[in-house]
Amino acid sequence: MRFSVLVEVRLRPGIADPQGATIERALPALGFSGVEKVRVGKAVRFEVVAADEAAARDEATSMAERLLANPVIEDAEVTVISGNGRP
Amino acid sequence: MSTRVGVVVFPGSNCEHDVAHAVEQLGGEAELVFHDQDRLGRLDAVVLPGGFAHGDYLRPGALARFSPVMAAVTRFAAEGGPVVGICNGFQVLTEAGLLPGALQKNAGLRFLCTTVQVAVCSTKSVLTGGAQPQAVLELPVNHFEGNYTCDPATLEMLRAQDRIVLRYVENPNGSVDDIAGVSNEAGNVVGLMPHPERACDALTGGTDGAVLLRSRLSSAASAAGALIRTG
Repeated sequence: MRFSVLVEVRLRPGIADPQGATIERALPALGFSGVEKVRVGKAVRFEVVAADEAAARDEATSMAERLLANPVIEDAEVTVISGNGRP
Repeated sequence: MSTRVGVVVFPGSNCEHDVAHAVEQLGGEAELVFHDQDRLGRLDAVVLPGGFAHGDYLRPGALARFSPVMAAVTRFAAEGGPVVGICNGFQVLTEAGLLPGALQKNAGLRFLCTTVQVAVCSTKSVLTGGAQPQAVLELPVNHFEGNYTCDPATLEMLRAQDRIVLRYVENPNGSVDDIAGVSNEAGNVVGLMPHPERACDALTGGTDGAVLLRSRLSSAASAAGALIRTG
């Protein structure tokens, strides 16, 4: 089966995020008030052929650990959606 | 017999000739080693130079660490061979797990191209063995992702084991504890963001980098001597 997968890579808590801080400072100037805790990450989407959803998740988790995220500073969250739907 | 230094070339490296030139000026012999080689041959030291290996796509060093040559560099390092990563080379060494921590985007979100002062904080590494403790060197920096980051436990370990080899006098990029360079526990693997190879000739703006590269050459020579003696 073909699964579409979303891997969200985000900085671990406590790791400084200069991009997030810059966005947070810019938003009030555009009239968006009350925004806090802005963090910038990466979203990696792909399709993968696997026997079942659990296998697709395992495969994507392994990709995240080995390549997509740097575990020293980043966490990765894997979401698997069957079929052609977008997660 | 002069010291043979392998300079690793990834697709996108751009400081390999600067390093080779500096090594030869200091009396060593430089050999370019390509990323797809899985053996190093007879080398006394290895340098991972600056640049943008594999375009720095995904993260700096993230793809380079899977190059065949990195398996050979890892074996060389495990046998005690001197390995120095400069700038992008430092990023590759952290991604490969040969050095702790990671290099994030600069705190100011600007690419830095300037000359900075760095203080020699440990002389136990192959790169700083010939430098005076606390000496202040003027070296060029040229990076967007040089903001050294590690967790508090790792920082404590680096301090306790005297592995912070260089610190910025004025922190240009937000690095934790002003760190400009670190070593592994044995001191034979060192990574630093400044470019000593670009400060080896008065003609191009200074010679403060020479003391570092000369340290590496002499430590490589003594490591080679030790191998010959024991082998």
